[in-house]
Amino acid sequence: MPSSVNYADIQGLVRFGYGKMAEASYLLLNIKNVAAARRWLTSAPVSSALEMKPPPTAALQVAFTREGLEKLEIRPSVIASFSSAFLSGMAGNDNRSRRLGDTGANSPQTWSWGGNGKVPHMIVMIFAESGLLDRWRKSIEGEFWELAFEEVEYLPTIVSDGREPFGFLDGISQPDLDWELSRIPPINSDQLTYTNLVCLGEFLLGYRNEYGRFTDRPLLDSREPGCGDLIEAEDHQSKKDLGLNGTYLVVRQLEQDVHGFWRFLDKVAGSNRELRYKLAEALVGRTLSNGEPLTRMRRNPVQGVGSRGDASERELDIKRNQFTFEMEGGPCPIGAHVRRANPRNADVPGENTTFISRVTHRFGFGHKDIYADLLASTRFHRLLRRGREYGKQLSPEEVLQPAPSTDSERGLHFVAINANIERQFEFVQDAWMMGTKFGGLTDESDPLLGTRLAVPGCISADGFSLPQESGLCRHIPALPQFITVRGGAYFFMPSIRALAYIARNAT
Amino acid sequence: MVVAPVKIEQEAELRKLLGSMNEIPGRVNPTNPIVPFQQFGHLHFARFVILDDHTLDDIHTAFGLPPTEYPLYLAFLADFDGMPDEFRAEMAGKAAKGLRRIFSCCQGFNGDSDLANWMKDHEIPASTAYVNWLGRTVHQIREENALSAALKLHLRENFQWFQSKTPLQIHEALKKFVQKEISSGRLTLSDSQPTPFSWRLRNFVHLIGVPILLLALVPLLVLYLPFFILQLRTREKRDLEIAPRPSHEHEEELARLEDYDVTNQFTAMGSIKPGVLRSWTLIFILWVLDWSTQHIFIRGHLARVPTIHFARWVFLDQKKRLLFASNYDGSLQSYMDDFINKVGWGLNLVFSNGVGYPNTNWLVLDGAKDEQKFKYFIRRHQLPTEVWYKAYPGLTAFDLRRNTLIRQGIEKSFMPEAEFRQWLALL
Repeated sequence: MPSSVNYADIQGLVRFGYGKMAEASYLLLNIKNVAAARRWLTSAPVSSALEMKPPPTAALQVAFTREGLEKLEIRPSVIASFSSAFLSGMAGNDNRSRRLGDTGANSPQTWSWGGNGKVPHMIVMIFAESGLLDRWRKSIEGEFWELAFEEVEYLPTIVSDGREPFGFLDGISQPDLDWELSRIPPINSDQLTYTNLVCLGEFLLGYRNEYGRFTDRPLLDSREPGCGDLIEAEDHQSKKDLGLNGTYLVVRQLEQDVHGFWRFLDKVAGSNRELRYKLAEALVGRTLSNGEPLTRMRRNPVQGVGSRGDASERELDIKRNQFTFEMEGGPCPIGAHVRRANPRNADVPGENTTFISRVTHRFGFGHKDIYADLLASTRFHRLLRRGREYGKQLSPEEVLQPAPSTDSERGLHFVAINANIERQFEFVQDAWMMGTKFGGLTDESDPLLGTRLAVPGCISADGFSLPQESGLCRHIPALPQFITVRGGAYFFMPSIRALAYIARNAT
Repeated sequence: MVVAPVKIEQEAELRKLLGSMNEIPGRVNPTNPIVPFQQFGHLHFARFVILDDHTLDDIHTAFGLPPTEYPLYLAFLADFDGMPDEFRAEMAGKAAKGLRRIFSCCQGFNGDSDLANWMKDHEIPASTAYVNWLGRTVHQIREENALSAALKLHLRENFQWFQSKTPLQIHEALKKFVQKEISSGRLTLSDSQPTPFSWRLRNFVHLIGVPILLLALVPLLVLYLPFFILQLRTREKRDLEIAPRPSHEHEEELARLEDYDVTNQFTAMGSIKPGVLRSWTLIFILWVLDWSTQHIFIRGHLARVPTIHFARWVFLDQKKRLLFASNYDGSLQSYMDDFINKVGWGLNLVFSNGVGYPNTNWLVLDGAKDEQKFKYFIRRHQLPTEVWYKAYPGLTAFDLRRNTLIRQGIEKSFMPEAEFRQWLALL
């Protein structure tokens, strides 16, 4: 592992959300002409993670599916060394679809892209400051584009004020990546407090992950033609690291039924505006107005919260993210979206202040509440999210009207970066989002993402529990499906060097 | 666990027969005509699995020993309430025809074999057996689940009314509701069956016998310890890891069978490292572990893992091989994460004595903490389970625990307010 990070070799999206570039669109491409595609890839101005002064006004990112690597004639033995989730693909088998909740209305058969036979070869993501996107697109296309690619799907996004279509601030809690490579995770012992600082290896291949290990990645025999520019693998000196500074990109097109969401809550709230917002906030776990958590702020700082940016950014981050959840309910329902997405726990629940408590906890004893140890430790299941919204935004008045028959689609192009698709994205999606047994709950999945499909043997899977102070649980029944998957795929986002290798491909 | 070698010429027939018990691969038909599992009121979990170990060559790779040819076994595993003889008799009574068809594909079974006796003769006891909640019967699980479902619905339907009541009033009202449901026959809450005296006596002897024996062994163990450490450390540094990524086909075959219910099955096997040190270490560890699973980990969790319903470790072939079988909640990914993050040390204790396991240090350190290798190792040693039955679909081990707590609360005459709030939150 290099002792410092070479930002120039990393695609910028890992480091930046390109928030200042208000316009973005994602192009899903098939490669028509391999030679032309190679030439385009060789000369494409792919943006790196280097900090530039003045900051650039536009950016370009590129990633490939397995199908794309095959099309570019990467050797089968090299392709076989990518992660098995990537190779299989998001819609690769029924078991994966069952785990991801891609069943019923979410079934890949209904997807407009990414389903069987519809997996694109590549994704090209372009970002630009207001008004510049079209020009930027023209300029990156260059002379080979037309010949090289066929556009399978064009995914435009909208300029939003950071709010997803339901109206909540999105992407305000992100892991703090350990760019300084300073974090040494506990290996044979436990992390006893929640930390938001996460090993770089969880998001970039070729660096140590939260287990202190290198996540599996494609390593090439140094005699492999064309790999001369790649760096030696830290853990296998005789190999060239094709994965180093690359990562996996999870892209899902999530259609949001904004009318359905607010009309349902309005009905439950008996058309009381304040109650309606309160309910929505309970489902999400944050306030609608400013994204603050429903839970009280912690007195002690959380490592990796409020540690980046200028003073006002730090202060805002602390306000929004210096919290963990009370073991038993508290003001934030156990099933709230943000709690499912990141339960903010440590490796071992409870106070581990004394030797005795540490020993008894290690054997599963000494917990006062029965919910202890139901949740996996968060630090192994983090996602870096880079999603953007699409479709026409609705005003608070419009959302309460029935959707007009001519209504267009709106939602989120969910983009997540992780080094281990199975342990990160798929685990979060399966165990925490879709899981009807999350944290000891029984009859509900994620209030936003859930499919509401019944689990055999359970009363229902479409409820939501709102715990009351009395201990009584208010049960909201029959939540409709608010979010439907319209497409999705796993991509490999190579480093700049690896991109050159892929483009050149000397074999 | 009933184990018998399969007649090679009938392997295909056996696989077809077992397959016919499923609606689709991975999802059994509980009323299938071969073994209609649902008719067995004492049966929690059952499985048929063909023990086709593809890792037999590892012992050659790791230790240069010629791989042993083992027969292909069929194993039948069942977790049930009551005494084994009674269960076997019930099996022989209700599923005679189907079981005969299955076992006639095994060596040594013929038309006039007595089914129950034959199963008993082929029984291989587990070295360690874990039960999530010792003594909780299928009958009790069903009664308690019906109780909690009825209470939940009652609370939901009358939420407004309950909201205006004090804890004491709520408790009384719920107790009264249950009384009414019981007297109208919609709910039953049976008293637990008395445990046979012979079982209690054996359990007590085991409870104190093992520690006494251990105490007696302490001087010997202490004397041996330095040698043990020396031998162990030499081997830990020398033993080869064999944990390549499992083949795509193997992964797909296993995945096809998983994630239909909230609970999954897991069956895995492998060879034990050669030499007396490893096999005796394993025998000793499983012996102590078995004591802990019979007396310590009997109420809802195995060390820090609350998601396992039943698990067992079984030696095969003169303790040259070990089989591990369990029923766990969630997907395999979360199960393996629990293994690594919550009980990595325990996994290391046992499985580091298996050929190819990721290298440990001091028997408990590292090993499973090499996450990716450990996951490959686990998946590679896993076997596809042909038929798998669970008596209570949709219920996790935690659900069962909650239901039991709900029942206890209903049967309590009084709870202090703080305790009552916690109890009420279960519903």
